[in-house]
Amino acid sequence: MNAASRPIKLACRNVWKVYGRRPAYYFDSRGYVIDPDALAERLRAEAHLPAVVDASFEVATGEIFVIMGLSGSGKSTLVRCLSRLVEPSAGEILLDGKNLLQASGKELIELRRHAMGMVFQNFGLLPHLTVLDNVAFPLKIQGKPAKEREARAREMISLVGLEGRETSFPHELSGGQQQRVGIARSLAVGPELWFLDEPFSALDPLIRRQMQDEFLRLQRMLKKTIIFITHDIAEAFRLADRLAIMRAGKIVQIGRPADIVLNPADDYVAQFTEDMPLLRVITAGDIATPANGAALPERTIAADTSLEALIPQLASGVAAFTVPGTGGSPPAVLDAAAVLAVLEREQARRTRS
Amino acid sequence: MTAPVAPLRSSSRFAADPGLLPWCALAVLTALCLLLKAELPWLVNFPKEWTLPLAAYVNAATDAVVAIIQPAFRALSAMLDAPMRGARLALAWLPWPAAMLAVAVLALKSSGERLAIFAVLTLAYILLAGYWPQSMNTLALVLLAVPISIVLGFALGVLGYARPRLRPVLLGALDLMQTVPAFAYLIPLLLLFGFGPVVGLIASAIYATPPMVRNTMLGLERVPAAISEAGLMSGCTRRQQFWQVEVPTALPQLLVGFNQTTMAALSMVIVAAIIGGFEDIGWEVLSSMRKAEFGQSILSGLVIALLAILIDRLTIGFARGPETGPTRGMRWMTPRRLVLSLAIALALALAIRFAAPDATLLPETGLRMEMGAVNQWLLGTVRDYAWFFDGVRNAVLYCLLLPLRVGISGSATPAIWGFALSPAAVTTYSALILAAAGLALRGFGWHAALAVLAAGLILYTGFLGLPWPIFILAIALLAGQVAGYRLGLFALAGFTLILVNGLWPQLVQSLYLCTLAVLLCLLVGGALGTWAAHSDRVSRILKPICDALQTMPQFVFLIPALMFFKVGEFTALIAIMLYAIVPPIRYVEHGLRHVRADVVEAVEQMGATPMQTLLQAKLPLALPVVMLGLNQTIMAALSMLAIAALVGTRDLGQAVYVALGKADAGMGLIAGLSIAFLAILADRLIQAAVARSTRA
Repeated sequence: MNAASRPIKLACRNVWKVYGRRPAYYFDSRGYVIDPDALAERLRAEAHLPAVVDASFEVATGEIFVIMGLSGSGKSTLVRCLSRLVEPSAGEILLDGKNLLQASGKELIELRRHAMGMVFQNFGLLPHLTVLDNVAFPLKIQGKPAKEREARAREMISLVGLEGRETSFPHELSGGQQQRVGIARSLAVGPELWFLDEPFSALDPLIRRQMQDEFLRLQRMLKKTIIFITHDIAEAFRLADRLAIMRAGKIVQIGRPADIVLNPADDYVAQFTEDMPLLRVITAGDIATPANGAALPERTIAADTSLEALIPQLASGVAAFTVPGTGGSPPAVLDAAAVLAVLEREQARRTRS
Repeated sequence: MTAPVAPLRSSSRFAADPGLLPWCALAVLTALCLLLKAELPWLVNFPKEWTLPLAAYVNAATDAVVAIIQPAFRALSAMLDAPMRGARLALAWLPWPAAMLAVAVLALKSSGERLAIFAVLTLAYILLAGYWPQSMNTLALVLLAVPISIVLGFALGVLGYARPRLRPVLLGALDLMQTVPAFAYLIPLLLLFGFGPVVGLIASAIYATPPMVRNTMLGLERVPAAISEAGLMSGCTRRQQFWQVEVPTALPQLLVGFNQTTMAALSMVIVAAIIGGFEDIGWEVLSSMRKAEFGQSILSGLVIALLAILIDRLTIGFARGPETGPTRGMRWMTPRRLVLSLAIALALALAIRFAAPDATLLPETGLRMEMGAVNQWLLGTVRDYAWFFDGVRNAVLYCLLLPLRVGISGSATPAIWGFALSPAAVTTYSALILAAAGLALRGFGWHAALAVLAAGLILYTGFLGLPWPIFILAIALLAGQVAGYRLGLFALAGFTLILVNGLWPQLVQSLYLCTLAVLLCLLVGGALGTWAAHSDRVSRILKPICDALQTMPQFVFLIPALMFFKVGEFTALIAIMLYAIVPPIRYVEHGLRHVRADVVEAVEQMGATPMQTLLQAKLPLALPVVMLGLNQTIMAALSMLAIAALVGTRDLGQAVYVALGKADAGMGLIAGLSIAFLAILADRLIQAAVARSTRA
């Protein structure tokens, strides 16, 4: 799970999106070092709406990067800037090292046809097309022959488990089924970059849980680079490799789920993550210490096992675990004391609140 | 309202409201005008010498322009003539069994078995009544006008959608196209295109375009963001995005536009018979009405009504299926079977024509021949019950129409009301009005008091006796206060234009007729709507009646009104009411039924009686919706004004109609624009009032 070792797929550098009468006026002077907070303040004072404030982050290939925030925090605008559905006011977006904002209309269409896929909160299915035709739509737009696109669409439909519903129309499906169609459609062209804009927010909690499992299963198979938008903190912590928390257009913290619960950047994040159980968020890999040549315990566990799952084993008397290293790094050791320290910290959080 | 004013206002809200001042000034002016009325008659009757010959100028200009561009339009007319002839020949060639099969199949596909049966029965009735050829001629015109309107309307709608800056201009033009009575632009069309059915075609196409434009814009604007973004993320080019994402998603709305356009075209094709028929169904109705053959006019009117309902249900069925989901018949009729059935119909047509090339296959006599007896019977019945109809008419005429028109001051004579208007009576009346105004002031503030005073004044002097400067200033002031100074200026300019054209008496007649019709519609329709909102059974009974009334071409309403009440103002009133009563019923019911349930529950929980709940919670909450209904009622009443001129009125509609008879393009246009001005003014005023009340 070492993100730094993999190549950067998408980088977002100082991206701003400002709504108002003359947003360009505020960004014409190149080379200045601008103080984002001061500028955002000034924009608000002058009847402009800074929806995205100086957003910068990098997403590695194959990573699930979750952007989380309450409604109105600018997360949907940010993801639309990344796909240029919304034109950013300032900043750079590098896709495989090339600036997306300088792509011409034609290049952009080509990129959307092959390199990106997107899933929408309200599904965005075309009401007049069947499930099969909806999934095949991006291929039809590219002018692919009918046979090829049908074969590919059927493949995608079976991937999301909707076989047998090919000839149904969207309004005949349940919400969960409709979103499966949306997922199949966004994957039909085989994009490397996958945007999901609150894909499960419109669904019932039970279905949502089921779809999250489904999503993780797909990602284990497909290994896409994913930008996932959500306002549901449980969903964010469950799915994310790394996550960014947004507030009033600004990214207030970026990090692995464990980093964020253990070291919240400010009170806002602390309050926000207060109810996340530490034992479930923190994994063995997060707190294991390098073995430094000492003898390895015989019990071995995977790095992404949550501490919660270790408690029964600790109770049965195991004192330490070996955590095998990923990507060539040496194995590490996790002893019971470290787990108990986290447990103690959780206890302290509970009593404080 | 700045902060320091607020406490002042709450302590003595009448004195502090700056909006009240101009009204006080106006009240003083009114009193002055009424006192000087005897000495200065021009205050009431705008002198003839002061009018400007604008109509003559317009005529001169039109003549000059027409002389230059006429050849081009005559050429266009000749061009349109060929397809029109073709369509008529094709429909005349089509044997009725084949036509019936084709229509029934389409009806089955559109809305299921019930509509298919209705279609067969309707066509059978037309056949038996002997109006088949006339109906086909009418349909031929509709079949040509609709595609023109659809293409034009779609193009304009897309333009309005893609270029938001053009939208205000476009919407203004649409308002004009829909509110200027068609009679008014029939005259220039006659001059340009020459006499003949082509004029009807063009007029229908003009009249039927706006709904398509509006629905196109609406449909495209309402494409959900997620769908258009999904299209963009699939990598659509601009053209792919439009044709493969936006248009298909907007299709249901576009089909609603198609339905409305078709209905408008049908209505106008029938009305266009007024400039000379050509064996079409509108002409049949008109000529039998002119000959006072009520039996026949009812038979042919029924043809129009049934045809209208059939076409409406057929086209709306394609836009949205029945709420309960497709019926078995609709599911059975797959696109493939539909094509097959239509092919069978065509083959049947060919076979019949091959076997019997010249046979009309129409019933020899038809019901029409039997109509002599029915006519006699109908006329006899009407004669026998004349005392009843005359009684109703006279009662309304003397107690309602006359006082409103000439005022209590004019109609309270011993001959009519049995007593003369003594100074004592005037004093009593004034005292009553003042007392009512005082009560309104206490209960509802100065706006209500002002309305009571104005109503009392109008009732006293009558619409005709009201001094015009007061009237114009009052409306302009109202418009200015409710909707801003621009609408105030618009009102001022419009009324002044009507005044200097010497159309003031007609305007006042129109206003009084429309006001009365609208008030009665609101009263009757509002009561029915309230009843329907509280009783599902009443709602179920009223719904098909409203549907039928609303699909009917305006022309049809004249028939029963004329039959029972003969030519005259009262007949016009009835016809206008029949056409304008649907919106209040619909909107009041809808408004009351969709009041937020939590509010109603809260009020009921406090222990309110059903009447208190209705008056103090539901009606105030439903007010914006009811106001929209009022708006629709006014529009309907004004648009019926021109048609009602046929049964003898003295209003602007009559001015248009007379101008049509004299081919006086200038006067027709000015009178027509006056009606449009009234409609647009009323529309903007009510919309501004609704916006204010929902904002506050």
